[in-house]
Amino acid sequence: MGRWSMNPELEKQLFYQMLRIRTVEEAIVTVYPEQEIRCPVHLCIGQEAIAAGACATLGKDDYVVGGHRSHGHFLAKGGSLRAMTAELYGRETGCCRGTGGSMYLVDLASGFLGATPIVASTIPIGVGSAFASLLRGEHRVSMIFFGEAAIEEGVFHESVNFAVLHKLPVVFVCENNLYSVYSPMSVRQPDAREVFEVAAGHGLESRQADGNDVVAVYHEVQDAVARARSGDGPTFLEFKTYRWLEHCGPNFDNDLGYRSQGEFQEWKKRCPVERHRRSLLERGVVGETELASLLKEIQQEVDEAFAFARSSPFPEARIPFEHIYAQ
Amino acid sequence: MTPDIDRNLKYSEAIAEAIDICMASDPSVYLIGLGVPDPKGIFGTTRGLQEKYGPLRVMDMPASENGVTGIVTGSALVGMRPIMTHQRIDFSLLALEQMVNQAAKWHYMFLGQSRVPFVIRMVVGRGWGQGPQHSQSLQALYAHIPGLKVVMPATPFDAKGLLISSVEDNNPVVFIEQRWLYDVEDAVPEGVYRVPLGEARLAREGSDISIIATSYMVLEALRAAEILSESGVSVEVVDVRTLRPLDRETIVNSVRRTRRVMVADTGWKTGGFSAEILATIAEEASDILKVRPRRLGMLDCPVPTTPALSKLCYPGAADLVMGVSEMLGVDPATLSVPEEVLNPPDVPHVNFVGPF
Repeated sequence: MGRWSMNPELEKQLFYQMLRIRTVEEAIVTVYPEQEIRCPVHLCIGQEAIAAGACATLGKDDYVVGGHRSHGHFLAKGGSLRAMTAELYGRETGCCRGTGGSMYLVDLASGFLGATPIVASTIPIGVGSAFASLLRGEHRVSMIFFGEAAIEEGVFHESVNFAVLHKLPVVFVCENNLYSVYSPMSVRQPDAREVFEVAAGHGLESRQADGNDVVAVYHEVQDAVARARSGDGPTFLEFKTYRWLEHCGPNFDNDLGYRSQGEFQEWKKRCPVERHRRSLLERGVVGETELASLLKEIQQEVDEAFAFARSSPFPEARIPFEHIYAQ
Repeated sequence: MTPDIDRNLKYSEAIAEAIDICMASDPSVYLIGLGVPDPKGIFGTTRGLQEKYGPLRVMDMPASENGVTGIVTGSALVGMRPIMTHQRIDFSLLALEQMVNQAAKWHYMFLGQSRVPFVIRMVVGRGWGQGPQHSQSLQALYAHIPGLKVVMPATPFDAKGLLISSVEDNNPVVFIEQRWLYDVEDAVPEGVYRVPLGEARLAREGSDISIIATSYMVLEALRAAEILSESGVSVEVVDVRTLRPLDRETIVNSVRRTRRVMVADTGWKTGGFSAEILATIAEEASDILKVRPRRLGMLDCPVPTTPALSKLCYPGAADLVMGVSEMLGVDPATLSVPEEVLNPPDVPHVNFVGPF
């Protein structure tokens, strides 16, 4: 850490984004046993630096697509916390009015085109949004978030090939958290091979970095965004990180044995939020008082969002057939 | 068809003209598909378009059907109006994930905020040894999916008008062209006109029986109707045109009038689209039927390549004539079925020489 210098305001902003995501995810963990959030949730606790660092490089007009684990991407891109929370609760005020739930988020006003849960399926869609930018001569960038298992899907390779062929303004952001549900890398991908090297075979700029270092994430993505916007084509970024909780749900599950408590503890020591917090404090970028008031502000916003969601009505008990087709 | 048009176009030319009109009037329309800029131009349907609009609007693609369908979906979500082509509907199977899980659903899942306005043209192969993987007619698969629209024009007039309407439609439209229709000629108006989606067409009025037909089977039904009329049987032919959303009203009204129905679909019989039509009739008009309904579809097997066997797989006008006669109690001996109808060639027309 500390290889790059950074504007202190931006550093604080990155911390704020990570802490906000962490606070939201932990709030979901707390309320989940109440069984009022009645949909699967794939939480990104431990992986916040990637969403926060990457989305901080984008403007409102840039596009983002994600997958099943996209609460962080959604929030960091500027998606409405109230709309996301209400969506988890299945309410009329949710971003999809309850039709989607946690795995189907959208916020078009902030450029979050959509997240859907079939692994790798939004990758070509993100590339398509960049293709439209090319056809229309726009300077937007499309950022696509996915996990390392997505590179096992054929459609990933089809999408990257197309993006490289047409030099599309895409940033492929791969969050390698080592596990696909319970399946380790060793049963899915050959050992002596790095994820970013596979992507490099397609002929695009391809790099690997510590996904738990928000400053590193920011700078890597910023370079990739600059490349894309200047017409130099797509970049693939592999960020190594770790998922703290179970694949789906609010619990820890290291006791199941598919991964070791020791491995988890090692990664927990590298908590992206805590690392950055310590770094800011040590260098005097912030003081404890400011941090405390930041946390309080975030907690208030989150509490208010959950209260809003809980007090929102459910959609009318009627299937909205009028939305099967666009008029 | 309007009688005062003095210009005939082939079905393939009508499609090319529709694409040209759409591209000329809307810069967000682009055309992409394997072989689109080829010299043969997808049976003539895309010939000359790349020269006219350039490689950024009319383009070839890598052999990545699923990926490109997703790319086309993504571009449509942010405002483009793509037309994608599959030179065989069989290739579209590679793209089922993006078609069914994504394109068909983004508008509904995100409660009306997102739109996927694209047209995917798919060609049904037949004859000249196309074989098992180049002669499927898979409209039933697509017609099963909420969120997709499925169109199968049977005439050049409808091909042009329906394609223009499909491009202007704000939904994913599966546009299925049976290749034996490409050289069929018909009066086709110049300029823009639209044939609405969701409306069936009365291809021939009649009073004794309704043949509800899709795509190429409309032509077979009309041939059968001519032959039967010589024996005094009055056949009504309904051209389904749009399979989803299905115009149940026109179909049921026809059957209510004639009180007999035969369905003729280009796909396999079991689980085919004929089943949806018959189910509709069973639900809404079974009480008035004078005789049990029937349907014709491809034999339930992949089509073999050798013409010795492929000829067994495709029911046609002769089978319609026999079936209708049985339903009406007409003595088959009174019918005169021409030789070329009894034993049709395995090619679209006598001048066809292959290779594909």
